[in-house]
Amino acid sequence: MQQYFEVRWHGRGGQGAKTAALLFGEAAMETGKYIQAFPEYGPERTGAPVKAYNRLSDGPIRIHTQVINPDVVVVLDASLLESINVTEGLKDNGALIVNTQEKAAAIKEKLRVTNAKVAVVDATKIAVEILKKNVPNTVMLGAMVKITGVLEWDSALASIKEKLEVKFRGRTEIIEGNVEAIKRAYDEVEVA
Amino acid sequence: MKTIAKTGNEAMAYAMKQINPDVVAAYPITPATEIVQIFSNYVADGEVDTEFVAVESEHSALSACVGASLAGGRVMTSTASQGLALMHEILYIAAGNRLPIVIALVNRSLSAPINIHCDHSDTMGSREAGWMQLYCANSQEAYDSLIIALKVAEQTAVPAIVSTDAFIISHAMERLEVLEDEEVQRFIGEYKPRFSALDLENPKTFGPLDLQDYFFEHKRAQIDDFSKVLGTYNKVAQEYAELSGRYYPALEEYKTDDADVAIFTAGSTADTAKEVVDGLREQGRKMGLVRMRMWRPLPVEEIKAALGKFKAVAVMDRSDTMADFGGPVFLETRGILYDAKKKPLLTDYVYGLGGRNIDISDILRVYDEIEQVVKQGKIDKLITYLGVRGEE
Amino acid sequence: MSMKFDRPMNWKELPAGCLIDEAATSLRFKTGDWRSMRPIWDAEKCIHCLFCWITCPDTAITVQDGKMTGIDYDYCKGCGICAVICPPKASAIDMVREEK
Repeated sequence: MQQYFEVRWHGRGGQGAKTAALLFGEAAMETGKYIQAFPEYGPERTGAPVKAYNRLSDGPIRIHTQVINPDVVVVLDASLLESINVTEGLKDNGALIVNTQEKAAAIKEKLRVTNAKVAVVDATKIAVEILKKNVPNTVMLGAMVKITGVLEWDSALASIKEKLEVKFRGRTEIIEGNVEAIKRAYDEVEVA
Repeated sequence: MKTIAKTGNEAMAYAMKQINPDVVAAYPITPATEIVQIFSNYVADGEVDTEFVAVESEHSALSACVGASLAGGRVMTSTASQGLALMHEILYIAAGNRLPIVIALVNRSLSAPINIHCDHSDTMGSREAGWMQLYCANSQEAYDSLIIALKVAEQTAVPAIVSTDAFIISHAMERLEVLEDEEVQRFIGEYKPRFSALDLENPKTFGPLDLQDYFFEHKRAQIDDFSKVLGTYNKVAQEYAELSGRYYPALEEYKTDDADVAIFTAGSTADTAKEVVDGLREQGRKMGLVRMRMWRPLPVEEIKAALGKFKAVAVMDRSDTMADFGGPVFLETRGILYDAKKKPLLTDYVYGLGGRNIDISDILRVYDEIEQVVKQGKIDKLITYLGVRGEE
Repeated sequence: MSMKFDRPMNWKELPAGCLIDEAATSLRFKTGDWRSMRPIWDAEKCIHCLFCWITCPDTAITVQDGKMTGIDYDYCKGCGICAVICPPKASAIDMVREEK
């Protein structure tokens, strides 16, 4: 069977987990990958825990199942660590990336992660400082690209910028702000 | 030809944009809402010439489509689940009047209990309405099938439903290749309706009362037209393959030549099962897959020939007939195989109701069990409910 | 396809769809023998208000140049609406039994 690179995104309704998965998927496609990006829909509304997924491959993807053993788990909101088992099914030698103020080692100990690396970045702080709003989703893409290494940084960044230009037609400060925030997350992400 | 990333819904809306129908009348329903929502943006942005009619229910949506189609327009709409159920009586009216309307549909379960996720009970419940039915396995196929179905519908005067699996395909972004607008327009050609209610030079009566003296003749003629759909489909699918490089047979066989057993299923699960087949073959287990893509009209001879090769076949049904005899694909397949010279042992697995995840391990289990049926030479359990708590 | 009316068509002869392919086919279907009461029009009494022409469900009142000219018994079913609607002062239409 074909090899897949699978990602699970955890967020709260309104934090943009789905958008992050779509942006990551499209960026991956620009680098020549075959991709899937899909949310998990339930009755969720703003604030409720939500999940979204990515599946990447070098060849056409035929499976349409839920992601059960992700290579990477991204958590957009550290408060979810209290209520959700975010490491469920995480593959050996995978990675957990969390938006938090804490150190990577502290999160690793708290969640008793022994089979995977843990990376942290304070995406909320970066978002509030640069975008003046707590929208950590695009910011986390910076950390995601760096930690996973599945995408080439320059082309991924160029693709994300292109998508943002379509989404925020002409609102330069939002587009440039997002790009700056993504770059900062790329630089500031810390691993344990 | 260009490569883009789109969800199933976005892909269908994009195909509708390139088709540029005269009229779209629609009412939103999860998980198909995005199709007409995105399409209405195309209308608002002037990217299509379509008259978009926002109505207050699906019953009215399809009724407006019937009117527009009688007037000679190229007409499309979109719905799912309860929406298709509410359209039910108008489905028969569109088909009986030979109006080649095309519905971009998302397969979702029917209430109760209320649920928004995938199964095939909505379209299976409409399979006697006189509409062609195509079940798609991915976004690419959904895009391609809408274009193919429109052409077949207009050539045969039989309306068509093209469907994807709720959320699994409708909301999953995938990489796909799309044609240029002009290529689509050249392929579908100009619509030349057989009649138009707006043709004042040649007035006609539409939908008159038809009692014991003529109703049967009209139905018999409709059934005859329906019998020509498969032949036209095969021709159009071939033309589309020449244009796009992608060929979609009415019934697809995957690695069946040397296989003793096969799964017979539809939609996204068939795509996943191909991957399972490849994995099994790496282990030296020769198993195959037959994918039901067109379910109306039934490709009877194709099914007979394809399934007749195997010692055993497991049908996987994403709905139930409530006949206490499994799902509709199983029931009808048994009927088709009744007079086949060679026929397999046939079992049914009803799975995935209300969007219950179907995992690779579930499909592997079906292959394991059907292999066991061959070894034993008999079936222990005719109908299995797969992945539901409380079974076994 | 032109429709045949001299005998019942078989299913292969019907135009696609349940439509009637030409206009005014009801002209071929004479309903005059449904009548048990016959309206008799008195030209002397008629004031040509044309109420009967408006209300006749079978368009069986014949009119020329804005004047009533008679009743078309090929289509008149004898419903009597014309006799009822005719103004009492004129009373130009009487219903009589068809039975001889």
